[in-house]
This record gives sequence, structure tokens and C-alpha cells, in this order.
Amino acid sequence: MTLRVQVVSAEKEVWSGEAGIVVARTTDGEIGVLTGHQPTLAVLLEGEVRVGTGGIGSGGDALTARIDGGFLSVENDTVLVVAERVTIADTGAGTSGGRSSGRPAA
Amino acid sequence: MAGQLRVYRGRIKSTQSMQKIFRAMELIATSRISRARQAVAASNPYARALTRAVSAVATFTDAEHPLITERTNVRRAAVLVVTSDRGMAGAYSAGALKEAERLIARLREQGTEAVLFVAGRKGEAFYRFRRREIQREWTGESESPTYETASAIGQTLVEAFLDGLDPDGSDADAQRDVRQEERPEAVGDRYRGPGVDEIHVVYTRFVNMVTQEPTALRLLPLEVVEGVEAPAESDLLPLYDFEPDVDQVLDALLPRYVSARIFNALLQAAASEHAARQRAMKSAGDNADDLIRQFTRLANQARQSEITQEISEIVSGADALADANS
Repeated sequence: MTLRVQVVSAEKEVWSGEAGIVVARTTDGEIGVLTGHQPTLAVLLEGEVRVGTGGIGSGGDALTARIDGGFLSVENDTVLVVAERVTIADTGAGTSGGRSSGRPAA
Repeated sequence: MAGQLRVYRGRIKSTQSMQKIFRAMELIATSRISRARQAVAASNPYARALTRAVSAVATFTDAEHPLITERTNVRRAAVLVVTSDRGMAGAYSAGALKEAERLIARLREQGTEAVLFVAGRKGEAFYRFRRREIQREWTGESESPTYETASAIGQTLVEAFLDGLDPDGSDADAQRDVRQEERPEAVGDRYRGPGVDEIHVVYTRFVNMVTQEPTALRLLPLEVVEGVEAPAESDLLPLYDFEPDVDQVLDALLPRYVSARIFNALLQAAASEHAARQRAMKSAGDNADDLIRQFTRLANQARQSEITQEISEIVSGADALADANS
């Protein structure tokens, strides 16, 4: 089982693909989402969002992106990271089914 | 006469050069329509995600939030009119402005005063000329709107809406001060006009290449779930866990939702503008064609009559000479 992850900015879908873990900063601290997570709507702060290929402590990063605050929704192993502005810092090699497109840093 | 022919030739030449401009503008508009439509499509995932999240919050909680609470006494309503920056787009801006006037008249019948916000230079000129007060305007980006503009508009409108919270107006200033402290970076740019109780947007909806309709839409208070695309019925929303809590999630979501709706309106208006311009330029080019054909006929006629006259002058001159010699 993997997570379906979508990273969406105001102007377009920035990245989508499969992943094992999503880590982001919420107002209460860091949140890590693995498969089977309960449905959640969380407010994200400005900071980094990491999408990893493996579980905790294994596998590489599929995507590291900076966001300027937004929210994260989890349901049925689908993770949506929504922010007004998303800047991709790094897309790891070997992304499975990932479609990435750089956006000029704003 | 020689003068007449020269005049016609001049007009043909100037019409031809105008036609070249029309054709170039038509081609530019055509190529930009598809780009504008792609921009609308690209902004859809964001709008959909926000709509879904907002309706999730609205369905599973009975949270009270100023942005979704209907106000009993509506005294002022903000009207955001989206027009173009440049002309040459047929009745595009005029259509949006007419729709806005209709909306304002309807509001006035209900005893509500309209507070104007304008996007696009054409709308600004329209209201300035009529000496109507514009609270704030955003110009220069009607052809390819950015999200930054949309969120600036959204922020201003939400501020105006929150300012309208207090019916007696005594607390409004105190509240405003508090909010300014919370957001120090926004102080210089803070909206200071009259507070409003409703927010309407008038923009031109892009239906397809031949149809664009001027549309008036109430943005705030939100009618939740009437969003861009209502979620399908089979697509049931799960029971969410909110982090940190419902109110803060709503606080973060709603202003973004408003900005996303405005962004969508701006993008659709841009696509409509290009489509309207393309059509206007096409008919201008066709009209130029007709004109050129007409003037060519007239020029030929003038040339012929000139030749006829010259011949008759020569003949009569020769006749006169022959008469004198004989």
C-alpha cells in the first residue's frame, strides 16, 4: 500500500505521484502521514514539505518543496498538500509515476 | 478628377495597413485564448481541493464563522467588477459593466449601498468619468492575471467584509487596530474604506469560444458547496480530524477559498477577453476587406472617368485645332 500524493499550488498541480510518507509542519508541530492515517485536515505553516518513497527512516526523498502556508488533507490514503505558492527544492531520482514541473521561484 | 482618385488610393492604403494590425491582433488573441484556458484548467485542482475541504468542514461541524454567517442588516455591499485593461475587444468590458450596473441597481432597490472595487483599466475609466467613488482598483494584469493579484484582491475584500461586522461602528476601529498588530506587514496596505456586509463579483464567464456571459456572483457570505464543481454524491466525505481545531482550520481555509474563487473569476475573464478580442478583430478585419473592395471600385470609377474626360478634352482640343486650321 502506498499513499497517493498530490501537491497543488494556486496556479497548478505541482507534483503528483505515489509515496510512502509525507512530512509537513503544522501549527502544532511536524506531522508525518503514513498509509492508513485517519482523515485529517491540518493547517500548514510556512516551511518544508517532504515526500518520501519509503517508510520512516527508509527510502529516499521523492520531493522536497517549500510552501508558504496552506493545508493538508488526508483521506483514504490520498494526501493533498495545498498551498498558495510551492517551490520545488528537489525531486529525487526514481520517482514512481511522479510528474514534476518546476515553477519559477516566486 | 485626379484629386478624387488620389483620395481613394490613400484610403485604400490606410485601410490595408489597419487590416494588417487587425489580423495581427486576431492571431495574437487566438494564440492567447488557449493559454488562458490552460491557466483556468491548471487552477482547477487548487479550487477543487479548497471546495472539498471547505464543504468537509461545513458538513461535519456547525462552526460559526463570520465569513459564512448571513448578516441580518445588509447596509453596504462590495461589488468587484472585472474588466479589461485595453479596448479592441468589442463589447467585452461594456457587457461586464452593464451587468455591474444591473447588480448595483438591484442592490439599491433592496436599500443596500454599493461599494466599488475594480479590476482593469476600462472599468476604472468608466467609473472615474462618471465621478463614482472607487474604493480600490487593480490594473495592468487583465490579460494574464497572477495569483498574487487575486490574493491581494481577496485580502482587501475579506478585510472590508470583516470591518462591516459591527453595526454601530463603535468597535470597528478598535478591532481594526488589533488586527493591524497581528499583521504588521500589512499595515501600510490595510484597507481603510467603509466596511461591507456582502461581497459580489461581476466577471465574464468563459462558456466556450463563441459564448462568454457577464455574470454576477455573491462571494461572501459564502454559500458553501455551491462551488466550482459540487462533489459527486457517491464521493462521500469522511469524518475528518481537524488540526489544530475547527476554527483555526476555517480561519485558514476561508480566505484562501475566497482568493481562489477570485483567481478563477480573473482567469475566466482573461480567457473571455481574448475570445472577445479575437472576434472583434476578426470582424474588424472583415469590415476592412469590404471597405477596401468598395474603395477599389470607387477608385477604378474615378480613374475611368478621369481617362474619359482626358480623351474628350484631347478630342475637343484636336477638333478646335482642326477648325482653326481649316
